[in-house]
Amino acid sequence: MHLQIADVSKSFGYGARTKEVLRQVSFAVNSGEFVALVGSSGSGKSTVLRLIAGLERPSAGSIRMDGRPLSAPGSDRGMVFQKYSLYPWLTAAQNVAFGMELQGRPRAEIRERTGYFLEVVGLADAARRLPRELSGGMQQRVAIARALAAEPQVLLLDEPFGALDIQIRESMQEFLHNLWRRTGLTALLITHDLEEALLLAGTVHILAPAPGRIVRSVTVDLDRSSMAHLRVSRPFLDLREELAQCLRGLEPALVA
Amino acid sequence: MPSLQRLLRHPWVLGILGILAVLLLWWITTASGSVNKLFLPSPQAVWQAGQRQWGSGLLLKDALASIQRVFIGFAMSAGLALPVGITMGTSPVICRLLEPLMGLIRYMPAPAFIPLLIIYFGLDELPKVLLIFIGTFFFNTLMIMDAVKFVPRELVETARTLGGRTLPILLKVVAPFIAPQVLDTYRINMASAWNLVIVAELMAATEGLGKRISLAQRFLRTDEIFMGLIVIGLIGLLIDLGFRALMRRACAWAN
Repeated sequence: MHLQIADVSKSFGYGARTKEVLRQVSFAVNSGEFVALVGSSGSGKSTVLRLIAGLERPSAGSIRMDGRPLSAPGSDRGMVFQKYSLYPWLTAAQNVAFGMELQGRPRAEIRERTGYFLEVVGLADAARRLPRELSGGMQQRVAIARALAAEPQVLLLDEPFGALDIQIRESMQEFLHNLWRRTGLTALLITHDLEEALLLAGTVHILAPAPGRIVRSVTVDLDRSSMAHLRVSRPFLDLREELAQCLRGLEPALVA
Repeated sequence: MPSLQRLLRHPWVLGILGILAVLLLWWITTASGSVNKLFLPSPQAVWQAGQRQWGSGLLLKDALASIQRVFIGFAMSAGLALPVGITMGTSPVICRLLEPLMGLIRYMPAPAFIPLLIIYFGLDELPKVLLIFIGTFFFNTLMIMDAVKFVPRELVETARTLGGRTLPILLKVVAPFIAPQVLDTYRINMASAWNLVIVAELMAATEGLGKRISLAQRFLRTDEIFMGLIVIGLIGLLIDLGFRALMRRACAWAN
């Protein structure tokens, strides 16, 4: 699977009130890769994801998957949102089954895959619980299971842990990394948290704001066998500091 | 003492105490003879009027006639408001087309339509049922439209990224999400429907609770008027409680 974003630009509004959100963004995601886009709010990173998901159309440029242009949303690109992820009237299991039911899969297959993906995200005993009975981290895990159960080619994650406490966020980052290792899924992560990107992704693109554009791309080749060690290891901290300075340089000065 | 406090905290106790206090005040006022029996009949007189009408079968016949009119009129209004409201909530074009018109008609007082309805449709059931429809349809539609507009867009977009198309999304995402609000809309507007049926009957009917009140008025039977009002209020309250119970059962997730 090869997802190519080529010279994509996006503006909202028209005439004098046009707002240029993205300018000529180009990058690619291949099968099995974990790519991250890092930027502050206003850098258009959510817009990039929404364009790939097909929820918006680019003003210029093209987005192609295996050469085929993308225009509408589809189950080949699964998405996990930051909030309002789960359907509150459905149990965890029913949420996971939701996409598969839309796809019209047979009952037995849905039941089996639901059980499998709940197990993969570690929530097999929470199957019959409603979302309000689950913690924020558990809800996001169910949302990830639901997206994966529909068999997407790529998983799009829009700041999935942004609404969670920092401790939960750290354990969720570890969870996502292990999930990626275990299932070989392809992921595109949007985050304002540079550390999160460096912990999880093999390729990190830094976006500058207003208008959003990629200013730096880094291949991250760190030893991820232990997340806890990685967070405090020298190469990680050096890389983080280097990129953090780059990000700081992109921010407009707060003091005139 | 703690057991009294616990009793007072029970949901219905204070409400019942309030009603009993009013009844007591009413009884004391009439028993003291300081008010003309015509202006304020005693609770006993009202009760006896009720017994008379129940015994003759009149009360039941009137109540059933009024309830039937409300039921038919409101069912039409609620049934049509659902698809129209959902359509207006999902399509900005249709919303912009219809909302100003509905907003205008909504402010026209429904009882003002009564003479027109009588001219067009005569004096039997249809104009009364239509009055209830006119009086509640626009409120129902606009409130349902608002409920649809407030569905979090992430819920809809999730379904789209799972491969959902428009109709399945309406049925499997929008409808379950707005269900509690739709029921609440119906509960609230049912009160208007109930008021309207009585108003319609005050003007033109052969039986019904409103008709009974207008007859009682002609003969200055204030005890029967009071009784009629209390019965109307009680039926309305029961309908309200019925809706609340339905909401609790059908939309347990929203509580």
